[in-house]
Amino acid sequence: MESVLGRYRNLTILVGVLFLQVLGLAVQVKRSVDAEHTRLIRIWAVDAITPLERILVWTQNSTNNVWHNYFFLRGVRAENRQLKEQIQQMRLEQVRLNEDAAQARRLQSLLAFKEQVVMKTVPAQVIGSSGSDLSRSIYIDKGSNQGIAPDMPVITSGGIVGKVLRTYPSTSLVLMINDQSSGVGVLLEKSRLQGVLRGTPEGELVLERVMSDEQVTPGETVLSSGGDQIFPKGFPVGTVMKVSPGKELFLNIKVHPAADLSRLEEVLVLTEKQEREVVAESGGKVRAADILAQRLPSVPDKPATVPGAPVAATGKLAGTAAAGSIPSAKPGLNGGTKPAAVAGTGTKSAERPALRLAPASTTAESPVVKSSDSDASNGRVPSDGTNRATSSTTKTPEKPAAVPSNPSTPQSGPQPAAENNPN
Amino acid sequence: MPITYTSGEQIEVYRFSIPVTVGVPLLALFLQAFLPRRIFSIFDLPLLVTIFFGMARRNPISGLFTGAAIGLAQDMLGPYPIGIYGIAKTVVGYLASSLGAKLDVENAGARLLITVAFYLVHQAVFFTVARGMVNLTLNWSWSHGILSGLANGIVGMVLYFVLDKFKQRT
Repeated sequence: MESVLGRYRNLTILVGVLFLQVLGLAVQVKRSVDAEHTRLIRIWAVDAITPLERILVWTQNSTNNVWHNYFFLRGVRAENRQLKEQIQQMRLEQVRLNEDAAQARRLQSLLAFKEQVVMKTVPAQVIGSSGSDLSRSIYIDKGSNQGIAPDMPVITSGGIVGKVLRTYPSTSLVLMINDQSSGVGVLLEKSRLQGVLRGTPEGELVLERVMSDEQVTPGETVLSSGGDQIFPKGFPVGTVMKVSPGKELFLNIKVHPAADLSRLEEVLVLTEKQEREVVAESGGKVRAADILAQRLPSVPDKPATVPGAPVAATGKLAGTAAAGSIPSAKPGLNGGTKPAAVAGTGTKSAERPALRLAPASTTAESPVVKSSDSDASNGRVPSDGTNRATSSTTKTPEKPAAVPSNPSTPQSGPQPAAENNPN
Repeated sequence: MPITYTSGEQIEVYRFSIPVTVGVPLLALFLQAFLPRRIFSIFDLPLLVTIFFGMARRNPISGLFTGAAIGLAQDMLGPYPIGIYGIAKTVVGYLASSLGAKLDVENAGARLLITVAFYLVHQAVFFTVARGMVNLTLNWSWSHGILSGLANGIVGMVLYFVLDKFKQRT
């Protein structure tokens, strides 16, 4: 026996070392079924290597800062002007988006939807990677001491990056979405198709579980679906790059990540998110039917004729909401009251053949939804249904609400409520 | 110099100073973790160091322990269970030193071929353990594997040339 071991000494030691490692692996695999804790040996290894990485990253950043803040300021003036113009455009866009969001919230509140709200984020700096070609993971300079915990989403301004896999006192290991073992629940923005996003050995992203008979077009935005219970819904994940037939009945969809995963420097860790019911801007209850009715084209009614009040002619309707309360019509379609929409801008009303009500100022007596100016500018109607001019003759407002045709050109005094529908 | 089959007595066995023995693998691990991921992620510097030390020392036991140590250290920094890289690099360290004991590999072309071959062996062992034991859902890509092997072989030639300077004759 001894002679055999002596003869195959090298091989015996190899088998012994391999056996020990296999045993260690087996123990880890068994334990990970219950709950995997960060092993002390990992903490030591990470603690040994991260200080050096921190120093190097700090040096690198300091050098970059000196360069960028002092030597690289050519063209800043022109860029500043360009950015200001961009801000102006974005403000206009924001008005529209705010309005859309408000409406979405109102609708969601009607259906008692839950929404996830990001409450708190912790900015972190990328200080290194896992040091392996086969895993796509990075180290960030924030750990459990800063409130980071496993499974927290990590994002950038571009899109999602990954999730926290393991935490150490002052660093964390983040598994990126292009790692092969990663999986993110996603949906396509336009078609609303859901799938699972996975990484490939080359570090690319592939959208799986989309049936081959579905229509997916390159360039479509991919968003997080929230189905994985890690990433909140609606975060940008990437864009569809290439679509080809895949295995079995599924499509092979390559996705370009929204965040530049190979050049990450700063990231945000979502440390706190809260699930709550969507709350509309008003406290009043609104029925979905009312909101939908406002959105639909309506049969043009005769303009309301209020004694003593000038009736608006066709075209743009000027004027602001009447100061004071508006008699609140009974919400909904009951009582023969048609949900009448009232004026927005002239152009908008032409696009949407409906009468619209101005966002009149609200009072305590009138349970109306507070509506921003953008409501008017966009021709949207406050959603509670109470703040509508009844262009039909069933309701005659005591003080007719007027509508600003343009929020920037208000007119004082009560104005006629309705605008004739061009159609 | 081409690959030649020689007797053990004809092959020179090298040793390294302690700072080099400890410092070079640590530096390789550090660089692997720190260098930008976009370009350097396909390189496996710890593997190249394992192969180099294995072939230079020409002692299978020393080679397998070097491989095990470097692999386990790499595992500690990665997201997967500790031991996957350890096992793969133990095997490579053992094979490299066994091969070094039989063949005199000083030629750059031979080093390139051997590095590519060991890279593929390393990946094969890694994937076998990762999929067979740990049940990780990793996919093998031949194009990526071969390209990475070639890239590592080219970097290996340069690295071996540099590390040759630290060799000490026994």
